[in-house]
Amino acid sequence: MAAASLPAAQPAPLRAVRRFLSSYGLILVLLAMPVAFGIQDLRTEGDLSRLANNLLDGLSNGSVWALVAIGYTLVYGIVELINFAHGEVFMIGSFVAAGFFGTIGLTAATGGAGLVLGLLLTLVLAMLASGVLNTMIERVAYRPLRNAPKLAPLITAVGFSFILQNVGLLWRGGSQQSIIDLVKSQKELFNVFGVSVTNGDALAVCVTIPLVLLMTAFIAKSRLGKAMRATAQDPDAARLMGINVDTTISATFMIGGMLAGAAGLIYALYQTTVWYFQGFTAGLIAFTAAVMGGIGNIRGAVLGGLIIGFIQQLSDNRIGTQWTPAIVFAYLVMIMVFKPSGLLGEETREAG
Amino acid sequence: MPELPRNVRIALTVAVIAFGALLPLFVEGGGGFIDDATLALAYVVMALGLNIIVGFAGLLDLGYVAFFAIGAYTMGYFGSLFHINVNGGEGLHVLVAGPAAELPGIHANFLIIVVLAIVATTVAGMLIGLPTLRLRGDYIAIVTLAFGEIVGRIAINGDEIAGFGTKLTNGRQGITPVDKIDLPFSEPFTALNLRPWYWVAFTMVLIVLFVNFRLRDSRLGRAWIALREDEVAAVSMGVPLVKTKLLAYGTGAAFGGVSGAFLGSYLNTVNADQFQFAFSIFILAMVILGGLGSIWGVVVGAIALSFINNRLIPDVLNDVPERIGLDFDLTELSFGIFGFLLVIMMILRPEGLIPERRRQLELGEGIEDLAKTGDDDDPVYQARVP
Repeated sequence: MAAASLPAAQPAPLRAVRRFLSSYGLILVLLAMPVAFGIQDLRTEGDLSRLANNLLDGLSNGSVWALVAIGYTLVYGIVELINFAHGEVFMIGSFVAAGFFGTIGLTAATGGAGLVLGLLLTLVLAMLASGVLNTMIERVAYRPLRNAPKLAPLITAVGFSFILQNVGLLWRGGSQQSIIDLVKSQKELFNVFGVSVTNGDALAVCVTIPLVLLMTAFIAKSRLGKAMRATAQDPDAARLMGINVDTTISATFMIGGMLAGAAGLIYALYQTTVWYFQGFTAGLIAFTAAVMGGIGNIRGAVLGGLIIGFIQQLSDNRIGTQWTPAIVFAYLVMIMVFKPSGLLGEETREAG
Repeated sequence: MPELPRNVRIALTVAVIAFGALLPLFVEGGGGFIDDATLALAYVVMALGLNIIVGFAGLLDLGYVAFFAIGAYTMGYFGSLFHINVNGGEGLHVLVAGPAAELPGIHANFLIIVVLAIVATTVAGMLIGLPTLRLRGDYIAIVTLAFGEIVGRIAINGDEIAGFGTKLTNGRQGITPVDKIDLPFSEPFTALNLRPWYWVAFTMVLIVLFVNFRLRDSRLGRAWIALREDEVAAVSMGVPLVKTKLLAYGTGAAFGGVSGAFLGSYLNTVNADQFQFAFSIFILAMVILGGLGSIWGVVVGAIALSFINNRLIPDVLNDVPERIGLDFDLTELSFGIFGFLLVIMMILRPEGLIPERRRQLELGEGIEDLAKTGDDDDPVYQARVP
């Protein structure tokens, strides 16, 4: 009798298929698009240079998403909240950077050391602005609700996202604004086997890699990084061990915001346009990236960001820009349904 | 909030209904006020639908606009010139009179379209609900948001998708004109006299309110609230998780569909640009402002926000920034204002303007207050008082 009420045991081959799908299904789905387009290219054009170009553009796009995604993942890891306003923090970073170019007198003609120095200065400023903004949002909108039902901070996050969008709207108007192309982002830097690497690509990768390495090292080694990990694991126990949980959470928002600011600068230089709505889509894309990599996991966020960059670039180039958001969101839904723990993540309480 | 005696409550309800029903007789039939009021009533229907999903069942749905879109497109498909080549250009007509009976394209009676919209949105609601069953909390929000965005994208780019001799949508051009509502035993409605539209919307609100109250107090309603309060406990007490959640999505979506079909006809267009994330937040803000789960609260919240959006911001306060020397229109900021409202409400008064009693308890007023008010007719609360 007892056996009858148990779910019937599946035959061994079916179970094997199931296990295979649950561990490699997501990877197979992710590979489907590049492989299909690769075969198509080989048949029509005879080489893979178009695909390789797409993937390279995807890499530079993806590194922007990776930086934003780290912010989501850090914050989610520590307070289990989807920081909806994060995309807008990224947008404000872009705006600060774009505004500061003019202030310090950078023009398209500035070259060499002046440009590098100016950009570094802008990078620091954009990072600071976004970091401080993110910390302030946490202080105003999330901290008072720490013990409220979980929906409450999510709703204030959505509210703040709208407020910041309107700040952006007032700041730079409702249409896409082009800004000076400081680094000549579309100019070819060098060319390998028909793959053209542009200044923009180089810039994106050169800013992202050091920042990500720095961040990983910071969280693994530093005192604050340890405090962050402890708080993420168990806030109450961390408090008992003498960690100032509030400060640690603020610091996490600061770091997440700073990375979003850096991403904002790269985005402004790379796309050479900014507009108030860029943060909304970017936020969702980056969140998808964070979930894809396994939320709470920094390496996962980077990996997810790069993969989303590839998907987005392939879709932009082959299917049509207007469909890209729908495709990215479809991936988001599929990941949520079939593997909410993501590529590198463990089962979280929420996703389980 | 002290509970009123039963006969006072009934008298109040009758007075409110009578006021609502007679209101159009005292205002201009083609004026701005009745236009705003009709829109407000349509939003009340949507907000009550979202309230079932978010307020009763506790599933934060950020993609409610999808149901508005599906309801509106049902209206567009079955009540406009959209399928202009159908039946060899002759058109298909089901129980329609008036000018629409002569036109090509599919034209069905509004009541039939409402039923179709209910079916379509209920199915869509359940389909969108299915993937979220395993998820909790904010993941649900993201998945529903993603679905809402996908539906919006399909609406905007649907003119690229064609099949069976027709496009999927008209994209940014929109489907226009849309048939006016055509009820049995009455003249077809016109854009000049808005009173009949108002009464249709008012009747919809009354029906939806009745359904809402009955649902809330039914077995299903209690199951929703139980799931919202504690999923694990509810399931272990025998609440069927899948069925209950899917019914919440389906019912909530159906209200959105009814309202969407009405708005499609009322606004005389089904335009893809209406179906944006911001609209979902607009409706969510109504629910939050009124009080999650509180039916009267949501009605008040929806009417208030709708008037703020359609009258107060564009007409009354619009030149305020200019007068204090700033160079922008307040209408540009309307969604920033709603965002601000969400933040303020959540921090200062998370239970909303007219809170649901049960939620008020959770949010900290405590059980003692309730014991003092002596709420005798509700054994659930009685049991909680030590």
